[in-house]
Amino acid sequence: MDFNLFSSANFQWVFFGSLLLGFANGVIGSFVLLKKQSLISDAMAHAALPGVCLMFIIFEIKSIPLFLIGATITSLIATHFIQSIVKHSRIKTDAAIGIIISVFFGFGIVLLTYIQQNSSGNQAGLDSFIFGQAASLVRSDVQLITIGSLILVIVTTLFFKEFKISIFDPQFARGIGLPVSFFNGLLLALVVGAVVIGIQMVGVVLIAALLITPPLAAKYWTEKLGMMALLAGIFGAISGVSGAVLSSVINDLPTGPMIVLCASVIFFFSLLFGSKKGMAVKVVRQL
Amino acid sequence: MIALSVNNLTVTYDKQPALENVSFAVPEGSLTGIIGPNGAGKSTLIKSILQLLPTLSGSVEVFDEPYKKQKKIIGYVPQRSEVDWDFPTNALDVVLMGRYRHIGWFKRANKKEIEWGKTCLAKVGMADYANRQISQLSGGQQQRVFLARALAQDARIYFMDEPFAGVDAATEKAIIQLMKDWKSEGKTVLVVHHDLQTVEDYFDHVLLLNKTPIQYGETQKVFTLSNLERAYGGKIAFLDKSPVVPQGAE
Repeated sequence: MDFNLFSSANFQWVFFGSLLLGFANGVIGSFVLLKKQSLISDAMAHAALPGVCLMFIIFEIKSIPLFLIGATITSLIATHFIQSIVKHSRIKTDAAIGIIISVFFGFGIVLLTYIQQNSSGNQAGLDSFIFGQAASLVRSDVQLITIGSLILVIVTTLFFKEFKISIFDPQFARGIGLPVSFFNGLLLALVVGAVVIGIQMVGVVLIAALLITPPLAAKYWTEKLGMMALLAGIFGAISGVSGAVLSSVINDLPTGPMIVLCASVIFFFSLLFGSKKGMAVKVVRQL
Repeated sequence: MIALSVNNLTVTYDKQPALENVSFAVPEGSLTGIIGPNGAGKSTLIKSILQLLPTLSGSVEVFDEPYKKQKKIIGYVPQRSEVDWDFPTNALDVVLMGRYRHIGWFKRANKKEIEWGKTCLAKVGMADYANRQISQLSGGQQQRVFLARALAQDARIYFMDEPFAGVDAATEKAIIQLMKDWKSEGKTVLVVHHDLQTVEDYFDHVLLLNKTPIQYGETQKVFTLSNLERAYGGKIAFLDKSPVVPQGAE
């Protein structure tokens, strides 16, 4: 173990990046959860992998903007496939998501393996895209995570009231002339954004858990959307930082699973002791 | 003056016609009940007028302007069952959603808006419930929150989708009072309604609908046995003078 970690400049960046990334995911996740799109967001995360790999194969450079484009394209194709399977067949949404997740993720793994075997050597870090590896981050990666997270949080905050009404009562929102389809699309875009900037730190497999677990935990503490989003952000930030620190301090631990484990600990604590719907509160009330 | 004019509106759902060639013109300041059997397209009509559903053809004009230009003066009370009442928000918050157009992009409700929201809640007898979590409200109270939100919109034409469905007596009274207030303020109200017994008491105009309009006009002229039989296809029985829908026709 290396206890001089905090003095290292790179680690300070990682610390700050994971904090903001966790916060952004928690905030966006609050809306995803309420819109009942947790599973769709998981599918989008998995479907980002082939997009990122394809971009790397075509351009042979690690470039977050390019990855963002690739991930957006394959994530949107996956979402479109899920919706058309449900619309044109008798297959239900859960089964459709199940198929699409595995197909896209499988394709992504094939591409990733191809890259590792055939690439000229600058693919370092790509293999961490599955489970995430904070230690593989370089300064420019973390800067992108930081700026990306800030943008995600700012966009969500700006449109807070509009997201709220389009998720709670889309009919009424349309009635007063709000572009509800635009906000549905924007939320999906924010999810893709969160997946792409988080891909190297958390990985595609578990990023959906970082989106969904913190807001789930927050729901046990508050009944106001604003407070829920804020708390989810804080829970996400705590998970992000503790996961990143633990995986950096203890050799070879992947970051994504550590972050998700930390988020799960917060969730179980909230489930038991949350002030609004926690189990302990319910038991006490019944006494 | 004509408040709302619907011209040749046709709507299809899964390639089946849901509404065919619906045309009618509603005078300003009237209270219209939209009635008809199940599957007659009553809710579909309201939603197509509000452009919540795609229409195949036809046009809607509000005070002689295309609907699109008049969204600001239209209020809407959707069916209560269409939203998730577990959503983390309170009654006042829902009412303030009726003010989003007035509040504007990126901004939050100011003190004046919040006061207005509270006034609207008080008008439907919900003053004490402003900070109550919406999942903890009864069905009738939830309906009154929706009414208060419509009130907060301060519209000139109101559309209500089955507001009386499954509500308690206090809520029913609140709805009736609200409709009377709106009428006396010269506002135009259209209500999808199920209960034939109360049509004559609540509405001065009736639109009798079964995929196409059977008739539109003043209640005493339209709400007749022969018209009702045409709309309900003979599935209607009368006891005394009040029309009753027999069991199974619902």
